[in-house]
Amino acid sequence: MNESPDAHGHDDDDLRTMQIVFAALMGLLVLTVAVAYVDFGVFTLPVAMGIAVVKALMIMVYFMHLSHESMLVRIFAVSGFVSLGCLFAITFADYIARYPAS
Amino acid sequence: MSATVEHADSSAGFLAHHFDDRAQQRQAAVIGMWAFLATEVLFFGGLFAGYSVYRFLYPEAWVEGSKHLDHVLGTINTAVLLTSSFTVVLAVRAVKRGEKDHLVRYLLTTIALASLFVVVKTYEYWVKFSHGTVPGAGFELHDLYDPSVSLNQVELFYGFYFVMTGLHAFHMVVGIVIFAVYTRLAQLGRYDENYHTPIEMIGLYWHLVDLIWVFLFPLLYLIDR
Repeated sequence: MNESPDAHGHDDDDLRTMQIVFAALMGLLVLTVAVAYVDFGVFTLPVAMGIAVVKALMIMVYFMHLSHESMLVRIFAVSGFVSLGCLFAITFADYIARYPAS
Repeated sequence: MSATVEHADSSAGFLAHHFDDRAQQRQAAVIGMWAFLATEVLFFGGLFAGYSVYRFLYPEAWVEGSKHLDHVLGTINTAVLLTSSFTVVLAVRAVKRGEKDHLVRYLLTTIALASLFVVVKTYEYWVKFSHGTVPGAGFELHDLYDPSVSLNQVELFYGFYFVMTGLHAFHMVVGIVIFAVYTRLAQLGRYDENYHTPIEMIGLYWHLVDLIWVFLFPLLYLIDR
């Protein structure tokens, strides 16, 4: 019996997927640096963070095998980020209202 | 995880007495590891929140501070770290297939890449320390891009820079030590296709350290180039 759900064959498909993900991550790194030289105005930060979120999701879903894990594991994985989202939402609900945006 | 070191019969795979089977044992380890990683996300998350608040309040200082960081070295280090994550993926794949030689080789490659990251990071710190660009008495920053910027505010940026990258580098060093221990255990034949949960768990840890850097890199090095 294998310990992990993704060890039941598909090994070569799996390697191919991981190679593609790695290549995509390197491509997105180049894109990250490239967009830093472009001025998107108020969208500069959202664009940079958008690319980072895509990279993070690729790492979590493929490298960290969340695509093969049970829903319970996925809920644990997401819990930290949801809590962090609450921290940001409550913090900035205060700061944005308190100071005029410059 | 520490109990795994004690098992004797590696060919049968390790099963602690309080689990029904290895699938349940692995599931418990994976959930426990993700619970730990969630606390790590919040641990770093507090710093990201503090960083964001002060970036919102002092945007010019954050731009100024970022421009004085070496984004070429930062880019190289990001590539090195992403590659080390990929070699960890290959290590986990190798042990699942029972390829013990490949496992050791990929773990050693990962240690080499992680060490390279720490060396580059140390060099960046050394440059900043030798120029006095360190928060505290006598904070210095020369050749300002924006002469009207408040140096006190830029000093705060460097406070976040050193604490966030320092904490990240500490996680790297911890990871290197654990990788070194597991490499030795792998050489002793402790892991095979039936039992390799520790390799999977250090892999999860390493990917999270990588994931945190994916956010640190653009937020610190690339604010406005």
